[in-house]
Amino acid sequence: MQTGVTQPSGASTGWQELGRGARHTLPMIVGAIPFGILFGALATSVGLSPFTTMALSLLVFAGSAQFIAATLVGQGAGVLVIIATTFVVNLRHALYAASLGPYLRGLSWRWLVPLGFALTDETYAVVIKRFETADSSPLRHWYYLGSAVSMYLNWQLCTAVGIVAGQKLSGLADFGLEFALVVTFIGIVIPLVRNTAMLVCAVTAAVLSILLFELPHQLGLMVASGGAIAMGVLTEAVLRPS
Amino acid sequence: MSISEQIIMVLGMLAVTFGVRFPVLKLAGARELPLWLRRALRYVPVAVLTAIVFPMMLMPEGVVTVSLHNAQLVAGIVAMIIAAMTRHLMLTIVVGLSVFLLLRYL
Repeated sequence: MQTGVTQPSGASTGWQELGRGARHTLPMIVGAIPFGILFGALATSVGLSPFTTMALSLLVFAGSAQFIAATLVGQGAGVLVIIATTFVVNLRHALYAASLGPYLRGLSWRWLVPLGFALTDETYAVVIKRFETADSSPLRHWYYLGSAVSMYLNWQLCTAVGIVAGQKLSGLADFGLEFALVVTFIGIVIPLVRNTAMLVCAVTAAVLSILLFELPHQLGLMVASGGAIAMGVLTEAVLRPS
Repeated sequence: MSISEQIIMVLGMLAVTFGVRFPVLKLAGARELPLWLRRALRYVPVAVLTAIVFPMMLMPEGVVTVSLHNAQLVAGIVAMIIAAMTRHLMLTIVVGLSVFLLLRYL
């Protein structure tokens, strides 16, 4: 896992790392803006109070799960179904956490609680790139914090804008703004597909996610992901037996 | 949904989301993960994000729609081509979103 050569950039301070993390997260923020506004508008349009809508962004901070929860509320689903669906949809964050954890070894609770709380697809994609390739600076958790804080503040702002805008512009929830999530995720995934095994993994995920779409409560997403991971590992084992 | 149900929903979603993210971050840092697991983890983002994106592109209305009128599909393919050619995240997001909005609203 430690691939990078140690570079003499250990001179940078925590604040510089924080700024760098925030800067590298900027493209993700561009994608999150329409999606956050959509969430604010959608959640209030299905009958959640502005207070609840804001609380979801402040306390849960999981864009795609919040979006799915609002959709489920609109369909009249019960609270338990929504919580269970959130769990399943966010299981992927456990895998992100397992991948980042070794780089954060030895940090105190004071760091790990906020960093864990604010672990999103976007911050994972930015931070793992830095952790896997760059130097092993003892201050790299500040870089993570910078990415997390900028995503968090932006998400709160956009949710608030969506709540207000949704009340002024009826139909904002149907503009198709969720497409911002699609282009963000495409921008994250494509550069990762660097070899045959990754390509097999991506194609498997694409095909299975369509075939299994009808399964209830986002089960199709989980099964498709699991199948795709297995196919990636298998292909790697066949092509490069260890 | 009543206000008390909404409060339970928020707290429940907070519990399961934090409960998935934090403990694993803490545990994974406490000891070295086995090689097979580290190998499998490399495939996680590609697998999960692809599985989220494809239904949104191919079946925006709930049924598979392969057509030039499917703005999500056309703009998604444009975004994939730009990402593959440039590997530039900001460019992919801005152009992909612009193509989508143009197709959908002009």
